[in-house]
Amino acid sequence: MRAVLTVIGKDMVGILAGVSNICADAGVNITEVTQSILQDLFAMIMLVDISDSRISFSELSDKLAQYGEKSGLSVRIMHEDIFNSMHRV
Amino acid sequence: MLNTKDILETIGMIHEEHLDIRTITMGISLLDCCREDGRAACQAVYDKICRRAEKLVETGEQIEMEYGIPIINKRISVTPIAMVCAASANTSPVEFAKALDRAAHTTGVNFIGGYTALVHKGFGPGDRQLIESIPEALSSTERVCSSVNIGSTKAGINMDAVAMMGRIIRRCAELTADQSGFGAAKLVAFCNAPEDNPFMAGAFHGVGEPDCVINVGVSGPGVVRAALRRAGDCDITQVADTVKRTAFKITRMGQLVAMEASRRLDVPYGIIDLSLAPTPAVGDSVAHILEEMGLECCGAAGTTACLALLNDAVKKGGVMASSHVGGLSGAFIPVSEDAGMIDAVNCGCLTLEKLEAMTAVCSVGLDMIAVPGDTPAEILSGILADEAAIGMVNSKTTAVRLIPAIGHDVGDTLEFGGLFGSAPIMEVNRFSPARFIGRGGRIPAPMQSLKN
Repeated sequence: MRAVLTVIGKDMVGILAGVSNICADAGVNITEVTQSILQDLFAMIMLVDISDSRISFSELSDKLAQYGEKSGLSVRIMHEDIFNSMHRV
Repeated sequence: MLNTKDILETIGMIHEEHLDIRTITMGISLLDCCREDGRAACQAVYDKICRRAEKLVETGEQIEMEYGIPIINKRISVTPIAMVCAASANTSPVEFAKALDRAAHTTGVNFIGGYTALVHKGFGPGDRQLIESIPEALSSTERVCSSVNIGSTKAGINMDAVAMMGRIIRRCAELTADQSGFGAAKLVAFCNAPEDNPFMAGAFHGVGEPDCVINVGVSGPGVVRAALRRAGDCDITQVADTVKRTAFKITRMGQLVAMEASRRLDVPYGIIDLSLAPTPAVGDSVAHILEEMGLECCGAAGTTACLALLNDAVKKGGVMASSHVGGLSGAFIPVSEDAGMIDAVNCGCLTLEKLEAMTAVCSVGLDMIAVPGDTPAEILSGILADEAAIGMVNSKTTAVRLIPAIGHDVGDTLEFGGLFGSAPIMEVNRFSPARFIGRGGRIPAPMQSLKN
């Protein structure tokens, strides 16, 4: 299953590393990354494959949310189908 | 790869504009639970609901977490209980309400609908008994919702039932006066009640439905309003177009959730109800959408036209996004559950008469409206008859959910809390329809019914 991981917040050093580490620890493969910085607002979007994840989706989601809270970022992971269904006919 | 703008738009809709799935409602047929012995029937009802809906709440929560989309309510609707309890002459229908309430607690759903009688053409066995028992059933249970269909385009309006319902609505409020008359908030009187509506308090599982089915109700007034705000000072065709596009996106999400819930629960998917259901939260109001279209305040001249446009555009956008559309499908205009409606009533702009006009073009009717506690039953019946007439002639669903505020008058506010919000008590026309309501009988079906 593929999911979309989004990180939104104030830009700072180590965001990409922090999130990637959580993914690597969980056995989640990052397949695509795109990021943009508008003024100070940092928006990173990752497409990840969680088929071989060693932890459950809810644990992964909690870990990412905790990291986000600690770093003052909003970090979310959602099934990719939600975006496909909403934006593609 | 997905477009960054699209992803951020979806996230913004959910987290800033209150986009959510309002309800996943499992419809369960109880026709196979009829027993001569009432106690055995109640047990069969409880067992079947618990068996069918065992995993409903858990599955809803899983989908919510994986897809990152809030699913506010998980609910159950059942076959109209008047049909189920008719065979058990030795048992009060209230016992069935208690069985439903126990099943709701066991399965973890927040409401169960179907304490219902369909009497649009007359009373069948069990119907009168069930209607008379509604006040006791709603005051002695927590999660049971009740509805009565008193008219239809095909059958006309059962005026005996209309007269009865005025008294029943009052009695529900009286028995729950210590909870702001909340009993009356769990009771809807319908004309043209849909059999697959997932929204409470009017949900029930119609007799033409399969044994078990999943219906999903979407929401999203905040998203529509935000889209209109971004559209700025465009002309009205573009306003309609913006609503359509937004409704499409909202409904696609509902369709996805419905298909997924249906697959995981191994229960057929019934319909998506394309409704704009407001909540008392700031930014989640249907009244504010109408104001965004250019009204100073909801209730001003032009309100009915704006609502007609909104209701129609929501359907046009939603229909393409879903394989099966049903239920109520349109814009809801409950007063207590909509911050903009509450403000409009409080500032004197929105009156009961204007709301009545609005119900001719919205999805349902006079919803969650508090009226003075001394309003006589026949006036409540008169309001219900007017609403039913609008529904009957326009071949649409109309409904009345009025809450007589026992011991309170215009100027006071009833507090319900949560998604039910707070209801400012509205002025009611005091001239009496008592002689009309007292006549009884049936308003004949209109010409619109003769389509064959």
